[in-house]
Amino acid sequence: MTDPSRTWSIAQEAASGMTERSSDLEMRAARATPEALARRLRGLSDRAIAWLFIAPTMLLLLAINVFPLIWTIQLSFTNYRANRPNLAVRNVGIDNYQTILTDPDTWAAMQATAHFVLWTIALQTIIGFALAYLIDRKFRGHAFWTTVILIPMMLSPAVVGNFWTFLYQPQIGLFNYVAAFFTGVEPSSFEMIGSVKLAPWSIVIVDTWMWTPYVMLICLAGLRSIPEYIYEAAEVDRASPWRQFWTITLPMALPFIMLAVLFRGIENFKMFDMVNLLTSGGPGSTTEVASITLKREAFEKWRTGYSSAFAIILFVTVFGLANIYVKALNRVKSR
Amino acid sequence: MSAGIATAHSIAEPSARAKTVAGVLVVLYAVITMVPLAWIFLTSFKSPPDSISYPPKLVFAPTIEGYCNLFTTRTRQTPEYVNSLPPAADACDEITRSRNMVIAGPSNYVPRFVNSLVIAFGSTILSVVLGTAAAYAFSRFKVPLKDDLLFFILSTRMMPPIAVAIPIYLMFRELGLSDTKLGMILLYTSVNVSLAVWLLKGFIDEIPREYEESAMIDGYTRLRAFFKVVLPQATTGIVATAIFCLIFAWNEYAFAVLLTSGEAQTAPPFIPIIIGEGGQDWPAVAAGTTLFLVPILVFTVLLRKHLLRGITFGAVRK
Repeated sequence: MTDPSRTWSIAQEAASGMTERSSDLEMRAARATPEALARRLRGLSDRAIAWLFIAPTMLLLLAINVFPLIWTIQLSFTNYRANRPNLAVRNVGIDNYQTILTDPDTWAAMQATAHFVLWTIALQTIIGFALAYLIDRKFRGHAFWTTVILIPMMLSPAVVGNFWTFLYQPQIGLFNYVAAFFTGVEPSSFEMIGSVKLAPWSIVIVDTWMWTPYVMLICLAGLRSIPEYIYEAAEVDRASPWRQFWTITLPMALPFIMLAVLFRGIENFKMFDMVNLLTSGGPGSTTEVASITLKREAFEKWRTGYSSAFAIILFVTVFGLANIYVKALNRVKSR
Repeated sequence: MSAGIATAHSIAEPSARAKTVAGVLVVLYAVITMVPLAWIFLTSFKSPPDSISYPPKLVFAPTIEGYCNLFTTRTRQTPEYVNSLPPAADACDEITRSRNMVIAGPSNYVPRFVNSLVIAFGSTILSVVLGTAAAYAFSRFKVPLKDDLLFFILSTRMMPPIAVAIPIYLMFRELGLSDTKLGMILLYTSVNVSLAVWLLKGFIDEIPREYEESAMIDGYTRLRAFFKVVLPQATTGIVATAIFCLIFAWNEYAFAVLLTSGEAQTAPPFIPIIIGEGGQDWPAVAAGTTLFLVPILVFTVLLRKHLLRGITFGAVRK
């Protein structure tokens, strides 16, 4: 009997020399080897191991994701209130859904969400792509500066939202001071968080500060995936740099840009923590994005049934977006 | 022709001028983006009056008052009482007394920070163990409905936290898991395990099957091959995945603020409610924020090579 670790190291060498993983055919041939089969039968069968390995994850997700979801669906057809357990629970059919979809407040929340999502995506895509393009010029020290730029997106959105309230203070805040310095207006003459006009922009600015690096990082991967020889061929054809950008760089990086946009879209559609700490939906309800409305209904007004219906509507929307997202993921992957 | 080749070469290697311009712009952006963080760091060493002065002070006498206030609770006393006390034991004592206050006891920051550590590490270990096993099974075996199961796992991550928070709140109340560390660990694991499965599947897919196959031909059982051959090869991937899970659990706020209030409260819901006399005690908040963010800075540097993979669920690899 040979020493398994030795054979393994030989296999390792052989494998590292290979450019591709072996085809399915070879694998099936290996599986069909009677000796291997016999040995495998001594331990647990592959099928048993597969289920043993997957089951715990599935059980956890069923218990903490699927079960609550089903419960939410059930609650969404009732008038249940979690703070009054003794109140008789009545089945109200689709009343909750009807109320939500015809309530002008819902559409106000959706508008606030749309303003937030669209502007953050637009700004982050433009700045993020531009940064990626610049970093791809490979100047000296670009790796270090890339890491520095990435820091904001790793931080806790709640803690970030909280310290930006300090920067946004009307009299003493650094943001107001710097903005005043460059525009010449009085630093105490405007309130980013307190005013109806500026509050929606205050959350857009913080989100852009935080998540532009995310878009930048994915765009950078897109730019680096473009083979050099395409540009060389374009040079031989005397295509101008401008034309090269529009016919090579942008189209080839586009799947990556789309991936970043979709992911930011989903994340910002359900944005809660940063906005909750920065403006908590205020002033009034000018920055009340969908998740904030949901929190107010569920955990302040305690309309559990109503907010469950709201949650389901949100979830269906996100799920739809997620579906597109996964398709996009697979497309990028196949590149 | 030779000119054409020269420019073709210049595309592969951008001109010196293009590099300089790009470098200056990127460094400028990086510096601007660091200003808010630098400001928080500076504020943590300011005295409360300095922190709210106008115009904002860039030059100030540094003090550790913010850190003292972060870790202690204080009560106001008459100057006569403060003067009658024995000499101050340490610097914090002295600073507090100079404000006519005495230290009443420790604040809740340390317990909250410890909660963050326990919950983050607990859920990370669980997610990585569950994720590695599931990822291996998805990577190597024919699992019925594999793509649907993988999509299902990913889709759980897409749920808005507030949407699931309602039934989880009710469920935890029934099971006695409200405001417990165990409840939060399980909850964060269920969120993180999707990331762990997707990321680790990518890493394990990259380990050639031939390694295990040949080990098995030599008499290893499938399980032994998994532990002795696959796991050592996947170490980098497992560590990277673990750090991602750790960062998520460390930063999480929505579940923490809705489902915990004391016993299991983590630092993110606690930091914003640090208040002093007459409003928020900004130096203390800044100190709490600084200490909370430092571990993340370290992890970002450690992770920089795997960041791209982590944030795209393993879809984009460099």
